[in-house]
Amino acid sequence: MGLFDVFKKGLSKTRGFVSEGLTRISAGMGRYDEDMLEELEALLVQADVGVGASLHIIDSVRANIKTTGDDSQKAVMHTVKKEIIDILGPKQTLSLEDNSLNIILMVGVNGTGKTTTAGKLCLKYKSMGKKVMLAAADTFRAAAIEQLEEWGKRTNTPVISQTVGSDPAAVCFDAVHSAISKRADVLIIDTAGRLHNKQNLMDELAKISRVIEREAPSACIMPLLIIDATTGQNAVIQAEVFSKAVRLNGIGITKLDGSAKGGVAIAVAYTAKAPILLAGLGEGVEDLVDFDSEIFTESLIPELSE
Amino acid sequence: MFESLSTKLQGIVAKMKGKARVTDQDIKDMMREIRMALLEADVNYAVVKQFVADMSEKLKGQEIHQSLTPGQQIVKLVHSSLVDLLGSQQAKISVSPSGFTVIILYGLQGAGKTTTAAKLGRLLKADGKKPMLASVDVHRPAAAKQLEVLAEKIGVRSFIMPEEKSAVTIAKKAIEQAKYYLCDTLIVDTAGRMTVDEDMMQELIDIEKIVKPTEKLLVVDAMIGQEAVTVATAFEDAIGLDGFIMTKLDGDARGGAALSIRQITGKPIKLICVGEKVEDIEEYYPDRMANRILGMGDVMSLIEKAQQSFDEDSAQKTMERMLSNTFNMEDMLSQFEQIKKMGSIKDVIGMIPGASAKVKDQDIDDRIIDVNMAIIRSMTTKERRFPNVLNASRRKRIAAGSGTTVQQVNQLVKQYEQSSEMMKRFSKMSKGKGKSRGLGGFGKGFPF
Repeated sequence: MGLFDVFKKGLSKTRGFVSEGLTRISAGMGRYDEDMLEELEALLVQADVGVGASLHIIDSVRANIKTTGDDSQKAVMHTVKKEIIDILGPKQTLSLEDNSLNIILMVGVNGTGKTTTAGKLCLKYKSMGKKVMLAAADTFRAAAIEQLEEWGKRTNTPVISQTVGSDPAAVCFDAVHSAISKRADVLIIDTAGRLHNKQNLMDELAKISRVIEREAPSACIMPLLIIDATTGQNAVIQAEVFSKAVRLNGIGITKLDGSAKGGVAIAVAYTAKAPILLAGLGEGVEDLVDFDSEIFTESLIPELSE
Repeated sequence: MFESLSTKLQGIVAKMKGKARVTDQDIKDMMREIRMALLEADVNYAVVKQFVADMSEKLKGQEIHQSLTPGQQIVKLVHSSLVDLLGSQQAKISVSPSGFTVIILYGLQGAGKTTTAAKLGRLLKADGKKPMLASVDVHRPAAAKQLEVLAEKIGVRSFIMPEEKSAVTIAKKAIEQAKYYLCDTLIVDTAGRMTVDEDMMQELIDIEKIVKPTEKLLVVDAMIGQEAVTVATAFEDAIGLDGFIMTKLDGDARGGAALSIRQITGKPIKLICVGEKVEDIEEYYPDRMANRILGMGDVMSLIEKAQQSFDEDSAQKTMERMLSNTFNMEDMLSQFEQIKKMGSIKDVIGMIPGASAKVKDQDIDDRIIDVNMAIIRSMTTKERRFPNVLNASRRKRIAAGSGTTVQQVNQLVKQYEQSSEMMKRFSKMSKGKGKSRGLGGFGKGFPF
């Protein structure tokens, strides 16, 4: 299955939602007037695109109609797509550096799928022939260590862990040293979910990040923020606050398939400084793919028959 | 980024000063702001639309009150309408007349079902019930283990079958076990799912037939966006729900989903989860939720918290001392202690309306109170009672004794002087006006 198909399948709910809305709006005539633009804006907001980004997109559409005089469905959709791609930015991937230790640090609020994504990434790099290690730095949630160990067992990967309640920074210290001495290619560190408005937990994360940077100065360190696609506008704040605590390398959006509101990716990209790198489009391992703005947009907004 | 709704509304109202009535254009502007605020709080679009239409109708021709500022007046109206929508009364967890209650928890992946199951178990146990926790999650690795660990922590029996692949079989056994151990409540934790998944929905229906739950509760993450309604209706249609539990309300999500699901399904929100610890589960108050959605701070919780932790006698004593103009370092120490009891300063300030937005960007260091308390504790009784004796060498000794610097000691002394100066003025003012009662000394003297 090509990347396009994976996106299309995963985003089918959102596309269905958008397409239904578009058909409703443009029923009968293919020309956009002010009322229809407002409806279009509403549609975007309902897809969790966010008020700010939606306004921006609609303003561009309005400006475009004004300059070109073309208010056809085709022209409007063209502008919408162009704006979304603009907001999402050029395609960037989570790329590993050869001949160096790559450390992927999974961060995010509770329940976004950090451990699962860590497991999937592990399997992906394993199948690429990389030497991978996992570290269970979520020492808070009950059975989080066991969950990661289960992934370790499934993928036949060593898991560095300590006991529940131990210092996560200490786990990272151990893991980094172990990865260096074993000459691993990739070390994936799973951290505990933390709500971004808990200053002490964010400080803990900053400490984890400091320890890793200090112990592995030559490694390529990639903190990855995992956001749940079903999250509403809070995702925007999450991205903002986490990027203050750690130097985010990028964002992974999970559970895009479960929601009809995949638009949250656009809301996040509109304000966040870090690029979206990964998209979780299904439960399977193959459903975790590199994020591609153009394919995402094409899958989100259906081609309408004239 | 979330400017408080009331500030915005006040801005609009400022423009219409002098007008006796609210014009259509004013209403339109205000409704725009309300609409934005609600959408940014993740309230469902259809619900927002209906709400705004109703509000415009209500506001038309309203006279501008002289007493309240019009902005406040409108916020008040919006607020009371929101409370109506959010449910006017609290709903309790119901108990089966048979004496054996089964509570089943549903939810999307990562909503917090397992943690909520444990919290609920603890709550029921504290209520004198004998609950048992059972996990029928056969999908997520170590989910059952997580429940077992949590159950042990709260001292409640649990039932899991990690090797069993059929959720229905586990459910059957769980009922048997719960009855065998004479438990009166069984809390069933199901696997998280995407509503798309027909198979998993079918599994839930099968489990439901076996356990015959008294309470079918959907666990909803407060951070959920516009999807909330779809999720709630999908579960409602497939299984039928008795209510909801909102989780992760200790985050800063505004929780507009509460309004959406309440409005669309008509089912009550029964409990809310407000923290990571097992005791962080609370009853749900519609008016507080309305405040939160509007970004108005949680005044009621603050007052309650203050009431719970304030020692009435000690506050009264301080108050009297202030009025009689003999406020000293000992009183200051007791004030610090009172504040500390209320929890983290940030939490407390976050509950003050209007303050939440500003606090977010500021690092408030809770330790400053500890530091100040340490300084006072390093003083002799004489120094505490008569701070005037604090000369340079005493300050040096205090700094060394409390592990601080002389500057920090100076700062505290200065703070003390400012507070006592203010109190002098205050006591002059209140003389002749009768004795006033209050929480005592929320003045300039506090370090925030």
